[in-house]
Amino acid sequence: MSWQDKLSDSVKSVAPSGIRKFFDIAAQMKDVISLGVGEPDFVTPWPIRESCVYGLERGYTSYTANRGTLELRQEIANHYAEQYDLHYDVNTEILVTVGVSEALDLALRAVVNPGEEVLIPEPCYVSYQAGTILANGIPVSVPAKIENEFRITPEELEPFVTPKTKAILIGYPNNPTGAIMERDDLIKIAEFAEAHDLVVISDEIYGDLTYGTIHECFAAMPKMKDRTILLNGFSKAYAMTGWRIGYALGNPDFIAAMTKIHQYTILCAPITAQIAAVEALRRGEKYMKKMVSDYDRRRRLIHDGLKTLGLKTFEPRGAFYIFPDISSTGLTSEQFAEKLIVEEHVALVPGSAFGKSGAGHVRCSYATSVDKISEALNRIEHFLKNHKA
Amino acid sequence: MKEILELLEHNSRLTTSELASMLQKSEYEIEKDIATLEREKIILSYGALINWEKFGEDVVTAVIEINLTPQREVGFDAIAERIFRFDEVRTVYLMSGNFDLLVIIEGKSLKDIANFVAKRLAPIEGITQTRSHFMLKAYKKDGIIIEDNEKDRRLVVTP
Repeated sequence: MSWQDKLSDSVKSVAPSGIRKFFDIAAQMKDVISLGVGEPDFVTPWPIRESCVYGLERGYTSYTANRGTLELRQEIANHYAEQYDLHYDVNTEILVTVGVSEALDLALRAVVNPGEEVLIPEPCYVSYQAGTILANGIPVSVPAKIENEFRITPEELEPFVTPKTKAILIGYPNNPTGAIMERDDLIKIAEFAEAHDLVVISDEIYGDLTYGTIHECFAAMPKMKDRTILLNGFSKAYAMTGWRIGYALGNPDFIAAMTKIHQYTILCAPITAQIAAVEALRRGEKYMKKMVSDYDRRRRLIHDGLKTLGLKTFEPRGAFYIFPDISSTGLTSEQFAEKLIVEEHVALVPGSAFGKSGAGHVRCSYATSVDKISEALNRIEHFLKNHKA
Repeated sequence: MKEILELLEHNSRLTTSELASMLQKSEYEIEKDIATLEREKIILSYGALINWEKFGEDVVTAVIEINLTPQREVGFDAIAERIFRFDEVRTVYLMSGNFDLLVIIEGKSLKDIANFVAKRLAPIEGITQTRSHFMLKAYKKDGIIIEDNEKDRRLVVTP
């Protein structure tokens, strides 16, 4: 007998992450330049850190309300009212979570019955499919196309709809492609969701990181506020990944259901992170804007660089990723990533880690310094010369 | 132009082509803008901020508060110029408050600086008083933390 046999079917059916291998190779090297990191290279702005330290000094070490401190929920509500004219009730429509990761898990578990299907445009963040499977749902991948700058359209989604389709899970600005959806694109998705009576889970963790355009919140589309579970957090905009703090916004029924799971599994998000999150919303904006303008310059640098190297790519307008097509090398995305790290010591993530439709692409994160981006581009140039198809 | 200044202030080694990409301009435009900024003395120099102590050089820094008697017509400017022309003088500011000029001096030793203050600075006509303070440790200079132990602690590859 193998202990494997004792594992649940849902856990066994989740594929291991495609990223691990590159992590192991990179760990043995000294001079790796990493374009493989899915988090800001900034440390959390000092005032945010300082607020948490001060909170600890004053003895803020207890549990908080399951839904999060009223102070934080109020700041979140204010933020959405000001930024998107969206009005969420602090008592019934907001749940503070341990990062968007937890919020995503809660959302899927709250709405998906065993065997129900969730439409997931691909390429997408690695948790979407796995989270759906662990919630006993069935992830249905819908490929987005580079010709369309990896936006998704109702025409592409329609063929995948069945009587079992329960929800659609979107993440724009997108990890790994850097794609965004403009208002017109989102309105079409809203009409599609309405027509098929689908719940929309919208992961907007990169919402503050857009360039030359303003982020459109899906819940702000006509008639979408109650139908949408909106997920967001502090990790990317305020460089707070390790704090593990995020939130979900939605109608009182959805949020109550998610809170039920949350109170039995997590109880509450850490009070330290909640204190810091309040500070981020009150006084973090100028630091966030400074980081966004830094990302923007790096984005242009890497986009120009990859274009000059002859790799087919489109100009990403959100998050901090660029997703070039490397199929001209004749290598698969895994081969490309593996050879690149072994031969040139540049780490990035094969597009296939983000779903089948990511094949032939690699994800480069530009959340790293200009010097490193320039050096990585030099190394990639050298690599491409050695691997002419 | 402001964006060029912000970028160069932080890293003057950025190449023209990097600047061109980052600011979505042609290299020609970038070079033209930089030439203008240099000509108008908006960009004054391209220095590096160096931790000399770490390199093994002995450097002693003194901050000196100076009181002056202002002179007719030129106020403090003429005396300030007599002071800032010395190579030993790194920084000169006119201040409000209890003293008039704040002067930062670098030398190789305490004696070096004491000599300079006694023999060159204090005798300048119009200086009524000097108070010297020796610097013990620099934590942050020109916006840069001298010994920053906040490293990049991220894992090499994350989703």
